[in-house]
Amino acid sequence: MTREEIIAPEHCVYHRTELLTEAPLSYCPGCGHGTAHRLIMEVLEEKGLQTQTIGVAPVGCAVLAYDFMNIDMQQAAHGRAPAVATGIKRLYPEKTVFTYQGDGDLAAIGTGETLHACNRGENFAIFFVNNGIYGMTGGQMAPTTLPGMRTATSPFGRDTHTMGHPLKITELVAQLPGTYFVTRQAVHTPNAVRKAKKAIEKAFEYQKLDKGLCFVEIVSNCNSGWKMTPQEANDWMEKNMFPVFPLGDIKLPKP
Amino acid sequence: MKGNEAIAEGVIRAGCDGYFGYPITPQSEVLEYLMTTNAHERTGMVVLQAESEIASIHMVYGGAGAGKRVFTSSSSPGISLMQEGISFMAGTELPCLLLNVVRGGPGLGTIQPSQSDYFQAVKGGGHGDYKMIVLAPASVQEMYDFAKLGFDLAFKHRIQVMILSDGAIGQMMEKVELDDQLPRLTDAEIVSKYPWATTGKSADRERNIITSLDLNPVKQEIINRNLQKKFNHIAETEVRFERFMCDDAEYLFVAYGSSARVCQKAVQLGRERGIKVGLLRPITLFPFPTEELAKLSKQVKGMLSVEMSAGQMVEDVRLSVNGAVPVEHYGRLGGIIPAPDEVIHVLENDFIKSIN
Repeated sequence: MTREEIIAPEHCVYHRTELLTEAPLSYCPGCGHGTAHRLIMEVLEEKGLQTQTIGVAPVGCAVLAYDFMNIDMQQAAHGRAPAVATGIKRLYPEKTVFTYQGDGDLAAIGTGETLHACNRGENFAIFFVNNGIYGMTGGQMAPTTLPGMRTATSPFGRDTHTMGHPLKITELVAQLPGTYFVTRQAVHTPNAVRKAKKAIEKAFEYQKLDKGLCFVEIVSNCNSGWKMTPQEANDWMEKNMFPVFPLGDIKLPKP
Repeated sequence: MKGNEAIAEGVIRAGCDGYFGYPITPQSEVLEYLMTTNAHERTGMVVLQAESEIASIHMVYGGAGAGKRVFTSSSSPGISLMQEGISFMAGTELPCLLLNVVRGGPGLGTIQPSQSDYFQAVKGGGHGDYKMIVLAPASVQEMYDFAKLGFDLAFKHRIQVMILSDGAIGQMMEKVELDDQLPRLTDAEIVSKYPWATTGKSADRERNIITSLDLNPVKQEIINRNLQKKFNHIAETEVRFERFMCDDAEYLFVAYGSSARVCQKAVQLGRERGIKVGLLRPITLFPFPTEELAKLSKQVKGMLSVEMSAGQMVEDVRLSVNGAVPVEHYGRLGGIIPAPDEVIHVLENDFIKSIN
């Protein structure tokens, strides 16, 4: 086989979606954000939604998501993405709208905006990347930091007596009548990636059907913040994060 | 109608697309009026009661970023909560209309009228170097008129326009002349008029991004310099004020909003007593009528800034006059409105005596 034959279009097994820009990702090697970005953009491309989608970026590691996602985007103040998305979606009910947020953004400073957008049943998707730490600011304790976990602001481990417990906000929003589909996924193995992509597809499909808020948590790693190699971080995540944040659907549409 | 109802009717008729707000005295009539008069059925306007002022202002951010005409209203403590979003809109140059029906502070203060939020409105109440256009209505008619004017200015300059009212103007009832209903812009019109708006990336353009972030300080300085250029241009072109009996005035009241109404009456009382006093009423607080005051400082013997505050606008009057004539302040605090005879008494017995 010649080189030309090998790279012929019919032999292509994978290509970068055109909904990702060519800007190099600013995420640390081994971080799950890149995969999560890719999946959302792939789904939008496959569904032909680029021209009618408006995304909302958070404050946190994904603050520059708009550098990588080739769609119209707004960058929201810390925690306010669900309010910003509410403003957009209410004024453009036929467009596709989503927020992309981390645990500090969504489950600490933005808890109010998150719960009320969910409770109103706003018809957009929330993608929530939970790695149990503030990555961008340098590894401080997050609302989802595990008990005993060491961070820059819990250097002797999270003491639940004085620092509270990990907030399982995904279970919380599943209780609200406004949420339609609530699930928890991961992107650290090929199998997890396939499942996560399915969940993202469903979230956008339900939005098109005007079903209400779809909430997709992605439990991810932070090898820099956790001070581990990517492989160690993924192993640690499976062993420690998944028991507290078990993967799977939490709220499925009623048949 | 009430001032608060007049502005609600004003935004509907000006083709407003969305209102996001949270109840607070003395302005809850705005949201109530939009709901009870069925704004949504009349024009398709979206009216949503948010969970907080913080959420309200960020809903406004989202709508404005998508090119829609959006409005929110609150009163002092609620406007303090909105400062985060206002600063973000300053940084992203998003047009919107804001209303502050000012009550006395600090803190919860009182629900009675006050003008103690002048600094917050005029000097940029949130973080960073920015200004808003600030309009100060002195009647229910102006509450109505400034809705359309505010939207026009906001979109002309891509800036936030704040209507700085107070509990008296918001709550009092006067006759209002209404205009015909203006149509809301269609989505296609928004795409062509506001090419910066996030309306969905089409094949014929690059993606639109609404962000106030640039980590490169060199670029961030350029962004800031361009913002200042815009504010300077507004300062040169958008000053509005009203002169009342200024032509032969020897003394001048400077007052806006409710205080200007009080001073208008005080001017008449003063004239009856042989005091040649006039009133300059700034209608825009930013941009401030600096040049007009500088001109008047060559004519009058002194200026008395009358405000329902401890003295905020008086600083801008002094800067305008730059020492040419004495400038003093008279104010009542905590929700008290001064009476016209009280003001003229202060002018005659305190101010004029002190400078002659």
